[in-house]
Amino acid sequence: MNDTLISLATIFSQLSLLAFGGGNTILPEMQRQVVDIHHWMTAQDFSAMFALAQAAPGPNMMIVTLVGWHVASWPGVLVTTLAKFGPSSLLTGVVLHLWLRFKDKPWRATIQAGLVPMTVGLVAASAALITEASAQTWGLAAIAAGCALVTFKSKIHPLWVLAAGALLGLSGIGQF
Amino acid sequence: MTTETVATGADLALTTPSTRELFTGFLALGLIGFGGVLPLARRMIVEQRRWLDGTQFTELLGLCQFLPGGNIINLSVAIGLHFRGIPGAIASLLGLIAAPSAIVIALGVLYQHFQHDAALNHMFAGLAAAASGLLISMALKMLVPLLKKPVPLIIAALFFIAIALLRLPLLPTMLVLAPLGVLITWKLPS
Repeated sequence: MNDTLISLATIFSQLSLLAFGGGNTILPEMQRQVVDIHHWMTAQDFSAMFALAQAAPGPNMMIVTLVGWHVASWPGVLVTTLAKFGPSSLLTGVVLHLWLRFKDKPWRATIQAGLVPMTVGLVAASAALITEASAQTWGLAAIAAGCALVTFKSKIHPLWVLAAGALLGLSGIGQF
Repeated sequence: MTTETVATGADLALTTPSTRELFTGFLALGLIGFGGVLPLARRMIVEQRRWLDGTQFTELLGLCQFLPGGNIINLSVAIGLHFRGIPGAIASLLGLIAAPSAIVIALGVLYQHFQHDAALNHMFAGLAAAASGLLISMALKMLVPLLKKPVPLIIAALFFIAIALLRLPLLPTMLVLAPLGVLITWKLPS
């Protein structure tokens, strides 16, 4: 196992255990690690990977697979996938029966409610950093703002919004 | 629908999935789950395949939301473990991520291959902008319920400032701010 794979394993197993409130909360830290610290890709590459992962079906953490692929091909995919999904899954298994035992305790609800602002703050930070990297021109910023507005105001399926964004990009509007 | 069918529907016996059924069930879920898998997961697990009743599903989901990791990822592990132990957990998790992993790598290869094609580059730039727009609206939707609660709002803002503006590392930030959030929620119940 070479240094890159060890770094990937370390980073993603840590992120796995920090992802309270779902995958999007750890995007800023993932970006900081793979772009700023390890220089495996640019911020634009990272946001492109995020976009590709959003366009694919399944759980929203498929960006992990892509980062592994980009950095170290198939061994990278294997290592990042195991590191990202392994530790949190082990923890789920360990906590499962304890949790069912304590399900009526009031402190459980307190902890749950106390972690809500953290989740909101982290998702907002993800949105800011991903947008900063992907909305580099006025045209692209307009696409991002338009998509945000449409999905905020309506229940339109996200896939239509992504398709519209891709088509608008293809038309060249994003270059202005 | 008559009351009789409703009653039989509610009392219909639950089925215990085999390891193979866990794999194929979550495989199907991974393939069709564009955008969000969770609503589709409930439909499959509670209504179609009847592995769990509604209450059991909600209870398990509560656990999964509390723990780190994607809700649906944790849910697949918990359900697999519940029915078939460790082999079941592995079958469910692999089923869920197999198809999306293959698809996302195929998209990545396409992107890498056509990275220098101007038209495709413009298309991917548009796609990335749209994806960031989706993330913005998700953040806004999560923010709305907090708007009338100043204390949670301030904690959320502290996280935003620490991570997005100051670019601080996540672990120390969480170790300081997460207990603070829980403590304040405990002392100041709204």
